[in-house]
Amino acid sequence: MAKKLIDLVNISKSYGENLVLDDLNLYVKENEFITLLGPSGCGKTTLLRIIGGFESPNTGSVIFDGKDITNLAPNKRQLNTVFQNYGLFNHMSIAENIAFPLKIKKKSKSYIEDKVKYALKLVNLDGFETRTVDSLSGGQKQRIAIARGIVSEPKVLLLDEPLGALDLKLRQDMQYELIRLKNELGITFIYVTHDQEEALTMSDKIVVMNQGYIQQIGTPEDIYNEPQNAFVADFIGDSNIFPAVMVHDKLVKILGAEFECVDVGFGVNKPVDAVIRPEDIDLVPVGTGILDGVVTHIIFKGVHYEMEVTANGYKWLVHSTDMFPVGSEVGIYVKPFEIQIMKKPESEDEEAIVIDE
Amino acid sequence: MTNKHSLKKLLAGPYLVWAVAFIIIPLIMIMYYGLTTEKGHFTFANIATITTPDNLKALGLALLLSIISTLICLILAYPLGMILSNSNINSSSFMIILFILPMWMNFLLRTIAWQSLLEKNGVINSVLSLLHLPRFEMINTPGAIIVGMVYNFLPFMILPLYNVLSKIDKDVINAARDLGANGFQTFHRIILPLSVPGIISGITMVFVPSLTTFVISDILGGSKILLIGNVIDQEFVQSSNWHVGSGLSLILMIFILISMAMIAKYDKEGEGSAF
Ligand SMILES: Nc1ncnc2c1ncn2[C@@H]1O[C@H](COP(=O)(O)OP(=O)(O)OP(=O)(O)O)[C@@H](O)[C@H]1O
Ligand SMILES: [Mg+2]
Repeated sequence: MAKKLIDLVNISKSYGENLVLDDLNLYVKENEFITLLGPSGCGKTTLLRIIGGFESPNTGSVIFDGKDITNLAPNKRQLNTVFQNYGLFNHMSIAENIAFPLKIKKKSKSYIEDKVKYALKLVNLDGFETRTVDSLSGGQKQRIAIARGIVSEPKVLLLDEPLGALDLKLRQDMQYELIRLKNELGITFIYVTHDQEEALTMSDKIVVMNQGYIQQIGTPEDIYNEPQNAFVADFIGDSNIFPAVMVHDKLVKILGAEFECVDVGFGVNKPVDAVIRPEDIDLVPVGTGILDGVVTHIIFKGVHYEMEVTANGYKWLVHSTDMFPVGSEVGIYVKPFEIQIMKKPESEDEEAIVIDE
Repeated sequence: MTNKHSLKKLLAGPYLVWAVAFIIIPLIMIMYYGLTTEKGHFTFANIATITTPDNLKALGLALLLSIISTLICLILAYPLGMILSNSNINSSSFMIILFILPMWMNFLLRTIAWQSLLEKNGVINSVLSLLHLPRFEMINTPGAIIVGMVYNFLPFMILPLYNVLSKIDKDVINAARDLGANGFQTFHRIILPLSVPGIISGITMVFVPSLTTFVISDILGGSKILLIGNVIDQEFVQSSNWHVGSGLSLILMIFILISMAMIAKYDKEGEGSAF
């Protein structure tokens, strides 16, 4: 298995009264594409700045390749950052921007020239050497920032919402470019975003954060299919989250109706949260499902229809390629393995403790 | 289209009148006086008076003192501008007000205040003698004039530097550090080249008034030290010789234009050689 490259141990950070990161632990393996995902203000940038060396944590340490680098200056760290607003040097040409880290390292002229050419090729901007920063589009600036970040062959590239300013099409193109770059270069990527789709597309591992706590760490599939709590379920994709009661193993009561499921070990008659993804709900003829409802709303979404089905006093969000007009009565059926049961936090504090471990 | 155009012209009207009345006409008059005799004949004689040893000395001294003052202002203001641009908004605006506050006082008053500070029996020497320290003779020396220039014109150096330094994106500096540059390299390759426009305008705003001043040298230099400004002042006021005064003013103007051209040229080269 790949070794741990970065290990964050008991990191806490507060600005005045505002506790931004609370006793956070996280490791990153070599050659991994890891994404920090969470809502605005949850501390993603702060964590990235601590790794990059622009901010020091109040407690805890940053271990890089087995060495404690918590107090090491940014210029001594073998990791480069692509800043949210690129941080390009306006007074230099594109070639000079990319050459900057190499010139600092006093590389030879011919080496620098070759490297700049190679880096520009990697980001598909061959021939841009003499252009000025001002003359570039947002997406081009972003790619130059990446070229500059990788040209000195750092072990890790930190990216802070680099695609935030781009339009959807360009963003999707860049997502594939980034994945290709990561595979070609063998550099570890730590990527920050609040776009869950982006995280699911690109990552080997996703770290879902909220209010300074890590909510869940896992592969995109884990995070999507088996969210560990209501926050993750709600934040990743659309979902129906119900307060439910675990009657006994493999049987859960949702809104008074009993559903078979596959989860065990939650006890008998215990309150839980149940998550059902909208695409996992099957609409069947009335009476043949587990409960019946009425379609109250429908939107065409391109690939599928998004419907709202009112059943047992709750509006169920359903995605289906079949169309049921508003007012039609339908039955609702969910396959046992498509129901995800989560322990219910009894208080905010407990939520934090559960997440901490 | 044409409507918009004429509206723009209309709005520019008052400024045009102002510029003609207070800039163009005086300039033409100075040119006229400088290039004519009292009888109205064309001559270069007024301008040629710069070549007398006394006038050359006054010009040379004025150039020397204003260059020194400008350099001192730059050396004092640059670190201050960096500190101000790095501190939070509240404390930096307080500091800036602190430095601008004296500008709200009359220029003459400020200079006279320095006179009484530096005088033989002035405040500084009184304090020194109270402490049984040797007195020092500063008043009526070129040094006193430099003190006056620096004190009066320092804010004009601080403001443009602070402006340009505080506009540098923190992430640009972070990026340089991130890519391996140490503090000095970051300053040399990023901060300094990006602050060149502020340096240029600071230099012009200190150098030009220093070169042309006669009040500061009058008050702090006694009547012994003459700068070119004093010579021109005397021609106009004491000798009432507007022709020679204007001729010398033209010379001074040429020097100002030359220095600005040199700075503008350096600016371009500076941008080119910064990396
Ligand atoms: N220099 C600072 N001084 C004071 N508070 C700060 C500072 N930097 C960040 N914060 C606070 O820390 C919290 C986390 O900020 P951070 O920038 O890490 O969020 P984020 O997850 O990157 O959000 P976004 O997705 O909006 O970029 C916020 O509440 C923010 O106000
Ligand atoms: Mg952020």
